[in-house]
Amino acid sequence: MLYTNLKHIETADAHQKFISENENVMICCGRMGPMCIPVYGIMEELEGQYTNVKFADMEFDSPESHIIRKVPEVKSFMGIPFTMYYKNGNLVKATSSIQSLTQVRTILDSEFKTAE
Amino acid sequence: MDSKNHYDAIVIGAGPAGLTAGIYMSRARVRTLILNEGTIGGQMILTHEIANYPGVESTSGYQLSIIMRNQAKKFGCDIKANVLVESINLDGSVKEVILADGTHYTADAVILSPGGRSRTLGVKGEDKLKGKGISYCATCDGDFFTDKEIIVVGGGNSALEEAVSLTKYASKVTIVHQFDHFQAFEFAIEEARNHPKINLIMESTITAFYGDEKLDGVEITDLKTGNTQNHPMDGVFIFIGYVPNTEFLEGKIELNKWKEIIVDGDMKTSIKGVFAAGDSIVKRYRQVTTAVADGTIAALAASQYIHELHQNKQNQNQS
Repeated sequence: MLYTNLKHIETADAHQKFISENENVMICCGRMGPMCIPVYGIMEELEGQYTNVKFADMEFDSPESHIIRKVPEVKSFMGIPFTMYYKNGNLVKATSSIQSLTQVRTILDSEFKTAE
Repeated sequence: MDSKNHYDAIVIGAGPAGLTAGIYMSRARVRTLILNEGTIGGQMILTHEIANYPGVESTSGYQLSIIMRNQAKKFGCDIKANVLVESINLDGSVKEVILADGTHYTADAVILSPGGRSRTLGVKGEDKLKGKGISYCATCDGDFFTDKEIIVVGGGNSALEEAVSLTKYASKVTIVHQFDHFQAFEFAIEEARNHPKINLIMESTITAFYGDEKLDGVEITDLKTGNTQNHPMDGVFIFIGYVPNTEFLEGKIELNKWKEIIVDGDMKTSIKGVFAAGDSIVKRYRQVTTAVADGTIAALAASQYIHELHQNKQNQNQS
């Protein structure tokens, strides 16, 4: 269990439902470790600013996370967290390892809509 | 001056030094704002287990940072995380901080505790291949390199201890270090030297990373001869120390040649009303405990400065 203030996605079915029901989605798949915690913190902070984006986390070591770990776009990833950005149910961007606030903002602004 | 956005003290940075300063000043009824560019906790959250923090048997850096944050908030400290400081003006009796979103704060005193970050090699391919074969955290990413060949860069305690821990996963670990000797404790050096899976390349450094989708190899340069050699490689872990986050202070405050903030015993900087604490100041030992101590001293000294400032103003108004 990830102890963040984000929405937790626990199953592959819930993941599919979440990305299909929301236009813009950012999901961080990680552990409670030093490379992941800063990304969760950034997402918690941006949640109030990017009301057009739904934010969630998913536990990397859960077998259900195969829905993220097995997609071809992350085949070369060798660092957690895997951070996934979906638009209308489709994966539009994925990053590996820690990201800065500026890096996350840049992706949100380019793939989705600028902060309101 | 907008009174809502004016504080007695602004603390830049919410690692253990900044949070401690926030706890002490808020408890002393000094109106305090902590501004932090990243996640609350600073480098402390990079530590999975803290077992030598007095009074706490064992905890994670993340949990300790949450407790410190809650303590500061409980005493009335305002904390804003994940904000970008656009500019800072430390001259004059009123200090100014402007955020990237245009928010403008002022204060009578400032405590600088921006901390540090992992040093990178800064060579070709490093940014591009971060998370795709290049890592800065063995406990996070070690298992991606099961039965693979990896390099650990560095010669301090972190590098050698992490190299040994990575042998649980990797088939072979090569330590690449720029000097002819290590800076780590003797027991860590012995453990690494005697480990059957660990190989050493001394007086050398990585000068380039190769790969498109993932790391394919590295270029290693022999620092004595200047000769370079390419090595196919699955992964590289980099542990070469830290750099202070003081770029935004250059030209504004006295720094040493390593860009660390120069302070006196009361954590006073070269500018009146500006104090500093934690990993970004000039000091030898960088621990959570030493950061907490710095933050305490800075808070007490800043509180006294603010108290005297307010008293002087009051006296001037009365006369």
